[in-house]
Amino acid sequence: MIKFSKQQLKIPKMMRPVYLVTGGMSEFRRAFPEKRTEELCVEALTMAAEMINMSPAELKSYIHTCYYGHFADHFGDQLLGESVIHDRLGLDPLGNIGVKTGGATGGSTLWEAVKAVASGYSDCALALGWERMDEVPTDEGNHLISCAADKDWETPLGHIYTGYYAVMAQKYWQVYGKSEDSFRKTMAEIAVKNRGYAYHNPFAQGGMKITVEDVLKSPVVAYPLRALDACLMSVGSACCIVADEKTAFKMCKNPLLVYVAAGTHTLRPADRRDMEIPLLPNETKNTYKDLDKRFPGGELYPGFTGFLAARMACYYAYRMAGVYDPCEDLDLVELHDAFTISDIQSYEDVGIRPYGEGRTYVESGDCYVTNPKTGKPGKLPANPSGGLIGCMHAVGATGLMQVCELMLQIWGRHAEVHGDAKRWKSFGKTKPKDWKDLQVKGAKRGLAISHAGVGSHVTATILVDPKHQLKGGKA
Amino acid sequence: MSCAHEQNRGKASVDNNRYKLKGEFHVAYPNTPIFNKQGKLCGVTNPRDMTYIHSYGAEAPFFEGLSKGVLKGTKCENPDCEYKGSVYIPFRIYCPDCLKKMKIVDLTAAAKKTAFIYTYMVCERSGAFNTLDKPIKFINVKIEGTSTILMSYLHLGEPSIGMRVVPIFRTKNPTYTITDLSWVPQGTPKSKLPKGFSF
Repeated sequence: MIKFSKQQLKIPKMMRPVYLVTGGMSEFRRAFPEKRTEELCVEALTMAAEMINMSPAELKSYIHTCYYGHFADHFGDQLLGESVIHDRLGLDPLGNIGVKTGGATGGSTLWEAVKAVASGYSDCALALGWERMDEVPTDEGNHLISCAADKDWETPLGHIYTGYYAVMAQKYWQVYGKSEDSFRKTMAEIAVKNRGYAYHNPFAQGGMKITVEDVLKSPVVAYPLRALDACLMSVGSACCIVADEKTAFKMCKNPLLVYVAAGTHTLRPADRRDMEIPLLPNETKNTYKDLDKRFPGGELYPGFTGFLAARMACYYAYRMAGVYDPCEDLDLVELHDAFTISDIQSYEDVGIRPYGEGRTYVESGDCYVTNPKTGKPGKLPANPSGGLIGCMHAVGATGLMQVCELMLQIWGRHAEVHGDAKRWKSFGKTKPKDWKDLQVKGAKRGLAISHAGVGSHVTATILVDPKHQLKGGKA
Repeated sequence: MSCAHEQNRGKASVDNNRYKLKGEFHVAYPNTPIFNKQGKLCGVTNPRDMTYIHSYGAEAPFFEGLSKGVLKGTKCENPDCEYKGSVYIPFRIYCPDCLKKMKIVDLTAAAKKTAFIYTYMVCERSGAFNTLDKPIKFINVKIEGTSTILMSYLHLGEPSIGMRVVPIFRTKNPTYTITDLSWVPQGTPKSKLPKGFSF
């Protein structure tokens, strides 16, 4: 059993409001044999400048500190890759630092940049991330990823991270999914949705029109997980620029309030200890009083089925931004769908559904831009970008891509960017004839979850249109 | 890799708190160019063949214990610790709460009597440098009286949640890694154990 002190549960306070001014992305692919990493980073920063009608040089003139998210040095065989990129972006001699928190690197990078502005140290900061996962064959890549597990206690067991992760999926599948065919189908629907949304996203690597049957017939990776349940392995870059209120409104007309909080949990799932469920604002102890009776085998929390780090990130972030009920107070979410099943687990950690009931978010149709059951807008669309399954997982960039996508949605500029035939062409693609606008109508507030592996690090980022700030949202 | 290099592969020992190295710790292969179909240069390969030298520190008794058929954990015995009496496997050197050095305890008997599979996964794939047979049957094992749930692998049979298992140890030609510990279903006869392993 572990407990937290009052001091540890303090809601993070920023000394002044922080705004997202702009963001940008490169295209994402499995490999870029003819591009250096810096070319992708320059593309992301250039897009960020274009979004607010600035030249890259003008945008750079505002930046005071730089945070770089790049997880896996050993993939690129280059230490201090951050310094290489910083130089190539022409940002010397400004202070810069690298951030590494596995799959949550992108979100953590933004967390750092936001704190730099919130504290007053900088008026404008850059958070830019990338990953280069194409410089080794897939086998070696699997080994390198497995080095993010404990090198003595886990890595020698197969050198395959999926194995360390998937034991958690198995527990969830049996306890909360009850090994039901209907639950397996619900998992597949997430893969169909996210790959389908990515089909309309020019930046995306894995857009596909597939069916539930395609997912269920794809090769088994680790039962019940199949190839089409898994996220992509990608190369690419994304960035966000944050600033204080005065600077933000000078730089653009409609900056968005940004709140970021973080949580962590044991690197080895083996080290997890039983504890009480930390409650989100709309939950009470009664919410979970008979959880283990409804789901036998779910006696331990977080056991191997919950992501405590995600719960803690939201515990802090919701109270910072004034979110009471994510389904009522948010208009869309970009979640870390590393696998279809972990996506369902996340719905519960972040309070979209109570623990044990994640599947109903998909089955109700609430997670779609257009609810397939009613033909009306979904209550809380998830991952219109395509997420990690459809769009990309270029680790250091992923959390920043999610925030860029939220930004475009809240700005109402989703179609302008995703529907631009010239952009499709510049990526060597043709805009589909049946391209669909996935703009979430009237989006004012969104949440992005950036998550590392077995849940060792998670950040929750909330973007809010300042004209629609929630009561209780703090600076 | 050449046979000569294999025989002269780098080895390390410790003398007077210093590493003594013998043999080759790296092999240099020439890089090669990468061209596209049109013959344009895109990049180069950069071969790397290295051997790391890694200290187990105060966790060494655990790995040494496996080679002798003993499963060791640690227990907090600090009377001032709120969580005094907690037992950890994976073995931790310090208590995660009070940060006092913990006592090493022998969990072999408890594991033989009480261990069961908390969760598992059968994984069809592996990464480079894997030494285990595929599919790998990952299991997380709960031993009564411990606060944690150890990750390992099942050598025989098909795993299921709640299944009773017993530890087996690679006591012949041990690798001194976590792969020296494996598990088999309770009731498995000695004759069925994999080569080099014993109860």
